[in-house]
Amino acid sequence: MRVLAAMSGGVDSAVAAALAVEAGHDVTGVHLALSQNRQTLRSGSRGCCSVEDSHDARRVADELGIPFYVWDLADRFTEDVVDDFVAEYAAGRTPNPCLRCNEKIKFSAVLDRALSLGFDAVVTGHHARLADGALRRSVDAAKDQSYVLGVLTAEQLAAAWFPLGGMTKERVREIAAERGFAVATKPDSHDICFIPDGDTRGFLARRLGSRPGPVVDATTGETVGQHDGTYGFTVGQRRGLGVAAGDARPRYVLGIEPVSRTVTIGTAELASVDEVRTGAPTWTGAAPVLPGRFEVQLRAHGSPVPCEVSADDDGLRIEPAVPQRGVAPGQSAVLYEPDAERGDRVVGQAAVRLAR
Amino acid sequence: MTYLDHAATTPMLPEVLAAMTEQLGRVGNASSLHASGRAARRVAEQSRERLAEALGARPSEVLFTGGGTESDNLAIKGMFWARRGSDAQRRRLVVSPAEHHAVLDSVEWLVKHDGAEVTWLPVEPSGRIRPEALAEALGDGRDVALVSVMWANNEIGTVNDIAALTAVAHAVGVPVHTDAVQAVGQVPVDFGASGVDALTMTGHKLGGPMGAGALLLRRDADCTPLLHGGGQERDVRSGTLDVAAIVGLGVATVTAVGSRGERAARVGELRDRLVREVAAQVPDAQLNGAPLDDVVAGGPGRLPGNAHLSFPGAEGDALLMLLDARGIECSTGSACSAGVARPSHVLLAVGADGERARSSLRFSLGHTSTDADVDAVVEVIGPVVERARRAGLGRR
Repeated sequence: MRVLAAMSGGVDSAVAAALAVEAGHDVTGVHLALSQNRQTLRSGSRGCCSVEDSHDARRVADELGIPFYVWDLADRFTEDVVDDFVAEYAAGRTPNPCLRCNEKIKFSAVLDRALSLGFDAVVTGHHARLADGALRRSVDAAKDQSYVLGVLTAEQLAAAWFPLGGMTKERVREIAAERGFAVATKPDSHDICFIPDGDTRGFLARRLGSRPGPVVDATTGETVGQHDGTYGFTVGQRRGLGVAAGDARPRYVLGIEPVSRTVTIGTAELASVDEVRTGAPTWTGAAPVLPGRFEVQLRAHGSPVPCEVSADDDGLRIEPAVPQRGVAPGQSAVLYEPDAERGDRVVGQAAVRLAR
Repeated sequence: MTYLDHAATTPMLPEVLAAMTEQLGRVGNASSLHASGRAARRVAEQSRERLAEALGARPSEVLFTGGGTESDNLAIKGMFWARRGSDAQRRRLVVSPAEHHAVLDSVEWLVKHDGAEVTWLPVEPSGRIRPEALAEALGDGRDVALVSVMWANNEIGTVNDIAALTAVAHAVGVPVHTDAVQAVGQVPVDFGASGVDALTMTGHKLGGPMGAGALLLRRDADCTPLLHGGGQERDVRSGTLDVAAIVGLGVATVTAVGSRGERAARVGELRDRLVREVAAQVPDAQLNGAPLDDVVAGGPGRLPGNAHLSFPGAEGDALLMLLDARGIECSTGSACSAGVARPSHVLLAVGADGERARSSLRFSLGHTSTDADVDAVVEVIGPVVERARRAGLGRR
């Protein structure tokens, strides 16, 4: 099989590429240049796709003896991921840029180009299991990335290969060390790659400028404070609200209304949600029979909860068995079919439209 | 393996390898006064004399450097500093925008950090600089520190009439540097006859070692050093002479210049067939640069081994990858330090649009090229271009 290995310069994609080579495939490495400013150097675990990462990826490719190229996808990444991220926040929603990148860049632009160039599959270092068309959680629950892959369709998954889903991150580092890769001890990246300093609010403020508006308490209807931009808030957020409520009870962001720039806050009871409505779903395989019982995960590092799902116009109506807090419009609701033995199977996902 | 990237680097000549291997086994610092030092110095100076003779220079005009990039940096910065040092109004550099990055980035560094100004010369669609355009850019020349125009372009292979350009600059008292890295050994290069004040050349483009080059610098050209220390090279360049590399550089230069006529004719014929037969497979392929049989100042107007082609609708980096996978090695032009393919600044300078610049490939032939190499390209180029075009369709 002719395989294209997407190599970020990190340990996971290095090991994924190595396993593809060792499995006897004809492998070509590609590093995706996504950032408009490529001169930034890594400090600690922050940021990615710097010149240094490109060199790290090339080092591994050279050790594996495979061809290596850099594909410049900075324009598409800026348009489809970064600009989308900013626009979503401006509209009062909370996007997940990693999911968007998998949907639009890695398993769309890159996969399409790979297939047209004659490759049979794209291999990546994602921590998720993929066998017989079924996408499942990684055996390493702490590193599981099935949530951000939940947006992939059966067609995309058919040409994807995730060799790391059956092993722990610790084992991945061991494999890298056994092969003498310098990236074996490279720190994990866990911030948004295009915001290397981790200051999302600062990044949005630079892009969107000051857009002041009121902070309103839902219980009293009173304006209890001012903010510099709704983009500094996420539904469910508790810290950094910058207001003092009359009683001592904690307040949460309940809603963001971008036109009047109103941030509504309220107590824990008001913040809890027992019904989620979504936009149009995508499915990783055949569409499931609805209504049905699944587990839903509502953010990248959230816990799954049992739920009932039914069709609702173009979207879904999801009723979690336990009320949820911090369900932000724009986030993906990823549905799983629990399977303790083989790993929970990803059924599909849909973007949250409203929660109440 | 079909190696068609001789403009990037070309295989070392067997006589160079033998001479260097012999020298590498000897001890001796050419600056030392004892017998070993004297022996090393003798070998280095013999190489200097032979290289000078091959290029129409005097031995004292040869400064050994670490290669083309160092020679370009030394000429641009050193001559700018010296010329401005003797007359503060000489702050302007008159330069072709189709130069190698070693020249361009040196110029831009001086503009950004040292008060230089730059006038970019207009470039003909062929890639050539017209003497009239240079005259106009120079004006009375009183505010100009230096002119820099390459002898032959590394991407599209166009040869400039350096003697004519130098005459124009000298008429208004301005010195000229030329980057002749691609020209030496490919087209006739005579430093003295050309009149230029400084000329960059390097070893590994003509069968010599990497990391060894020279700046030919007229005795009356002022040049402030970049590297300070022992002052080994006329006090303009310091650093212990790498005698083995210098021997290799000397042998390579003498051999490549000596066999140039016969080799250029043979390589030129192969190149012409490559272009002709690729065009037969891909009828809308476009040749960039000067026509294959172009003549300038009575000599070749295009490097004999250069074939630079655009394949509309296909991305250069996709073509490169598909050819690489089929054992054919060529180049797309410039890549940044991260390896990202950028549209060629040379093609943009000659007026090509971004699309054409991104869809180009350079095949460069050299002393080891054969008919079989040409056949290998012709055999696969049609399907490769077709596939790259399909891959390009989905892109925005």
